[in-house]
Amino acid sequence: MVEIKQEDILHLLCERLASFANAELEITPETNLITQLAIDSIKLLNLIMELEDNFDISIPLNALADVLTVRDLANLIYRIKAVPK
Amino acid sequence: MNLLEKLDAAAAARKAQLPTGLSAFGIPIEEIYSPTEARIGDRHILLLGTNNYLGLSFAPECREAAHEAIDKEGTGTTGSRMANGNYSGHRALEIEFADFYQCRSCIVFTTGYQANLGTISGLIGAGDVALIDGDSHASIYDGCILSGADIIRFRHNDMVDLEKRLRRLGDRSRNTLIIVEGIYSMLGDQASLAEIVNLKNAYNSTLLLDEAHSLGVLGETGQGLVEKTGLINEVDFITGTFSKSLCGVGGYCVSNHPQLDQLRYVSHPYIFTASPSPATIAATRAALRLLRNGSKLREQLWRNARQLYSHLKMLGYQVGPEPGPVVAVILDNPQQALALWNGLLENGIYVNLILPPAAPEGKSLVRCSVNAAHTFEQIEHVCRTFTMLHSSLAR
Ligand SMILES: Cc1ncc(COP(=O)(O)O)c(C=O)c1O
Repeated sequence: MVEIKQEDILHLLCERLASFANAELEITPETNLITQLAIDSIKLLNLIMELEDNFDISIPLNALADVLTVRDLANLIYRIKAVPK
Repeated sequence: MNLLEKLDAAAAARKAQLPTGLSAFGIPIEEIYSPTEARIGDRHILLLGTNNYLGLSFAPECREAAHEAIDKEGTGTTGSRMANGNYSGHRALEIEFADFYQCRSCIVFTTGYQANLGTISGLIGAGDVALIDGDSHASIYDGCILSGADIIRFRHNDMVDLEKRLRRLGDRSRNTLIIVEGIYSMLGDQASLAEIVNLKNAYNSTLLLDEAHSLGVLGETGQGLVEKTGLINEVDFITGTFSKSLCGVGGYCVSNHPQLDQLRYVSHPYIFTASPSPATIAATRAALRLLRNGSKLREQLWRNARQLYSHLKMLGYQVGPEPGPVVAVILDNPQQALALWNGLLENGIYVNLILPPAAPEGKSLVRCSVNAAHTFEQIEHVCRTFTMLHSSLAR
């Protein structure tokens, strides 16, 4: 399996999340998903399914409790990805 | 922001979403005349948004049973099933439900919401997995959260997606509870149960089916989707509610697994709440008898459902994937939904309005529910009104 780097995940997330933001907002690792991007609960849940498919992992919804920023989400994906199946 | 300011912010966001739509929620029903008619404000209204699928809310058998129970046993039990609130009627209803499903055992809960909370949180815990349909009812989500298990969603009724997620779980699929609904409350479509059963067997998972909207509606004797599909022995746990086709309040879980009984000792939503009132239990027992013998009512219900569904489809409305007692009109935005909802109410018809995020996929729904007590003429009146609104409202 090809190693995926934390930076790559971050980069991919920033690109994907751009569609949720208005044009002026630049998405950085510190962007807050809920307060700055205004992703409502359903959009977030659907985004998670999409990311699960993208990275071929399971992201439990309960693990999102600690996720505030884009970087938190990237770290979570990285951690899940790193655990051997 | 302090606690109260957070509520203010949420209220402001709600008002901004739909300034004129607020009165659509929690509208007061002043008087209720029958399973299909009521007074709202000073207007006589046709009810097309209840869960009273068999139209039993005024059944004389149920009312008499409730009256008698109040006179004999009082108004409330004042305690938990595990303490002073365990009356013979509660046990009798459990035995009757087990018999109805030809299952080993049944637990009765105080609401359907608690039946899901109590069953799910009793079956799974930290380290286990809940694999749930994306359109699941809030009681399923909340039960999963209470359990502490890992919660994974699969795309609504999408079997390729379910399999993909089971495969990803690897060995953990053995400790996975798959949760689906017989009829989904939002779009009125039915779970693809045969394929779900195949997958749960292939991956050694456990299956919970919530028959809240399908009890009394599907199957020869009204057991639900398990009966329609002949798969009752393949489903591990069935939950359901008394609050829809049975016209009471309460919920149940039935299973052939002897372990079900252990939930009584571990499940907080079962233990730490008062048991259903004697009147509720007595009325529900009477309603269950009517439901089992209610094939005529089911025929009428389905005639009504097909009549409305095919008419709306013919008009060009986007409706749910298949006909059923829940007939949902799907609209792209809340304003369209509100206009249609308002138009119906102005013409004396009450339906449910469902806005994001409660409706799936960011859509808005005008959700009609038909029942067995609706007459052909009432449904025809509804169809005519939709026809009229269809031409007058810009869609
Ligand atoms: C699918 C589903 N499950 C459970 C419930 C909860 O039932 P109750 O009203 O008895 O709490 C409902 C009711 O809204 C439901 O739609």
